[in-house]
Amino acid sequence: MEQTDLGLWGVPLAILGGAIRVSTPFIFVSLGEAITERSGRINLGLEGVLVFGAMTAYAVAVLTGSPWLGVLAASASGACFGLFHGWICKFPKVNDIAIGIALMLLGSGLAFFFGKPFIQPSAPDLPAIPFGLWSNSSQVQAALNINILFLIGAALAVFLWWAFKNTRAGLIVRVVGDSSDAARAMGINPNTVRLLATAIGSALAAIGGAYLSLYYPGSWNEGISSGQGLMAVALVIFARWNPLGCFAAALLFGGAGALGPALQSVGVTQGYYLFYAAPYILTLLIMIATSSPGRALAGAPGVLSITK
Amino acid sequence: MTEIASGPVASTLGGPALAGALEWAARRAEGLVIPLAALIVGMALFSIFIMLLGKSPAQLFDLMWRGGFGSWFSVQNTLSRAAPLLLAALCVALPARLGLVVIGGEGAIVLGGVAAAAMAVLVQGAPALIGVILMGIAGAVAGGVWIGAVGALRHYRAVNETISSLLMAYIAIALMNHLVEGPLRDPASLNKPSTHPMDPAFVVGAVPGMDVHWGLVAGIIACVISWILIEKTRWGFAARIAGGNVRAAQVQGLAVGPLIVGFCALAGAFAGLAGMIEVAAVQGNANASLASGYGYTGILVAFLARHNPLAIIPVAILLGGIDASGGLLQRRMDLPDATVQVLQGMIFIVILFSETFYGRLRVFNPDLWKRPA
Repeated sequence: MEQTDLGLWGVPLAILGGAIRVSTPFIFVSLGEAITERSGRINLGLEGVLVFGAMTAYAVAVLTGSPWLGVLAASASGACFGLFHGWICKFPKVNDIAIGIALMLLGSGLAFFFGKPFIQPSAPDLPAIPFGLWSNSSQVQAALNINILFLIGAALAVFLWWAFKNTRAGLIVRVVGDSSDAARAMGINPNTVRLLATAIGSALAAIGGAYLSLYYPGSWNEGISSGQGLMAVALVIFARWNPLGCFAAALLFGGAGALGPALQSVGVTQGYYLFYAAPYILTLLIMIATSSPGRALAGAPGVLSITK
Repeated sequence: MTEIASGPVASTLGGPALAGALEWAARRAEGLVIPLAALIVGMALFSIFIMLLGKSPAQLFDLMWRGGFGSWFSVQNTLSRAAPLLLAALCVALPARLGLVVIGGEGAIVLGGVAAAAMAVLVQGAPALIGVILMGIAGAVAGGVWIGAVGALRHYRAVNETISSLLMAYIAIALMNHLVEGPLRDPASLNKPSTHPMDPAFVVGAVPGMDVHWGLVAGIIACVISWILIEKTRWGFAARIAGGNVRAAQVQGLAVGPLIVGFCALAGAFAGLAGMIEVAAVQGNANASLASGYGYTGILVAFLARHNPLAIIPVAILLGGIDASGGLLQRRMDLPDATVQVLQGMIFIVILFSETFYGRLRVFNPDLWKRPA
C-alpha cells in the first residue's frame, strides 16, 4: 500500500475520488427524476428501473462484448418502463407514487429473474480517462481515474439546466408541471408530455444502473443497488428540481457514500456499518431541513403530488 | 362507462325482496369483485409471461397450489409465513387510513427483532411468560418509535413519509448490522454473526395441534383489533376524516398531529412485533435473516386488501402460500427464485390499475337495482 505517502491526507483524497466514482449513478437518476418531476409526475420506481438497467447493460455487454451497447440497451429498457409508468398513470385514480412502488418490486424482480445466468460471467468495463497520470502517487491516480459516463452526466446537467430555461421543450415541460389546465389552454396534451418525460427520465436512470454493473462496483448481482434510485428522488427535492443542483447534490451523496470505505482504507473499522448508512442519514437530514409545513417548497412544480 | 342507468331494471327481474337483495349486493360487491378480478388478470398476465419463456403455466399453478395449500404440511408452512405478513401489512394499512403511504415496515421489523433479542438476553432466567411479554414490548416499542417518527416528521416537518420511511428502513438495517456484528454479537457465532441465543424458555411455541407458531394468532388478533379501531371507535372515524381532508379535520377541532403519530406508532409497533415473533419463534436470536422482505410483501398484502384489516387475513394467507411455493417452483421447473417476486409485481400493478374502475362500472351502481318507487 502507498498510503504511507499521504497518511491521513489519503482520507479526503479517497473521499473525493469516491465521490466522483459513487456519484455517477446519482447524477443520472436524479437528472432523470428531475425531468419527470418537472412535468408533474413522480416516478418512485426508478429504483427498479436502475436495477433492471444494471442487469440489461451487463447481460448485453457479456453477450456482445461491447459495454456501450450495454448502456444503449439499458437506456432502451428504462424507456420501456418509463412509457409503462407514464401510460398507466394517465388513468383517473391511478396513483403515481403507488405505481412507482409496484415498479420497484417488478423491475428488480424481473432483473433478478433474467439476470440469474449473468452472475458468473464477467463483462467488459466502461472505459475511464486517467486524469491523474501526472502524479506518482497511485492514490492520486486512482482518485482521478474518471469514467466517461461521469463527464457525460456533468455535461448533461449543464445542458438540462440551460434547456429548461431556454428551449421550447423545456418551457412545455415546465408549463405542464405547473398547471395541467394552463397546458391544455396552450393546446398541449399534458399526458403526452408526462409520458415522454417519464420515459426519458427512466432511460437516464437505467444508464445510472449500467454504470453500477459495468464500472463501479462493476459486477452484476442481486445486491447491486443500495437504494440509489430511491435516494435520488429525495435528492431532486433537495436540489429544488434544478439540474445543476442535482449534480452538486449527487457529488455530496457520493462523498457520503465513500466515507465508509475511505475510513476503512486507513484502518478505521469500528462502526463500519454506521458509516455505510451515512448517505441515508444525510438524505433524511436534508429532507427534514429543507421541508417545512405550511408553505410550498420554492421552485416545486405546481401539480407534483409529493410536495402537497 | 360512467353513464348511470336510465331506469331501474330490477322490477322486470323479480319481486321487491330480490331487488332489495340485489341493491344490497351491488353496494358491497364492488370492493370484492374488482380486487378478485384484478388478481385473476394479474395471474393471467403472469401465465403469458411464463408461456413466453416456454414453460407451462398449468404446471406452475399446480405446483403453486401444491406448495402453498395442497397438503396439511404445506398449509402449515403457508400459515407460518402469513403470520409476519399480517403484521407487516397492518404497518401499511393503518397509516393508509390517514392517507399516508408508509412503505418502510421492513425497518420496524428488523429493529423490533433486535430489540426483542436484546431484551431476551437482559432478562435471562425470568419466568417464561414475563420474558416473552417483555420481548414483545421491546419489539413493539422499537418498531413504534421508528414508524412513529416517520409520522411525526410527516406532520410537523412535512417530510414525505413514503421516502422517509424507506430511507429509515435502510438505516434500520445498517443499525441492525452494526449491533449484530458489534456490541450485541455473540462471539460464538462465527459464520453468521448473531446476537446471543435467547433463553430457551422464551421460545414462542406452536399452537396446539398444528406446527404453526402463536405468531399467527397474534397477527389475526392484531388485524381484528385494527378493524375495530378503524371502524368502531372515534379515533378511527377521526382518522378517516383526516385522511380525506386534513384542513377539514383541523377545522372540526381534531388533533391531527397526535392522530397521525399515534396511528403510525401503532403500525410500527405491529411490525416490530413481527420482528419479535421472528426472533422468538423462528430464529432464536437476531441476525441478518430478519431483513428477509416481509416488510415489502406486506405492502402488497395491504394494497390487495384495500387497507381493510379483516381482508388482510385471507390475502396474507394467499401471498404466504405463493411465497411458500417458491422453493418448489425453483426445484421442479428450474425457475429462478425471483419468479415469485415477478408474480407479486404483476399482481401489484394490476391491483393499482384496477383503482380506476371504482365507481365507473354500471353493474355496481345500486340505483340500477333499486325497486321502483
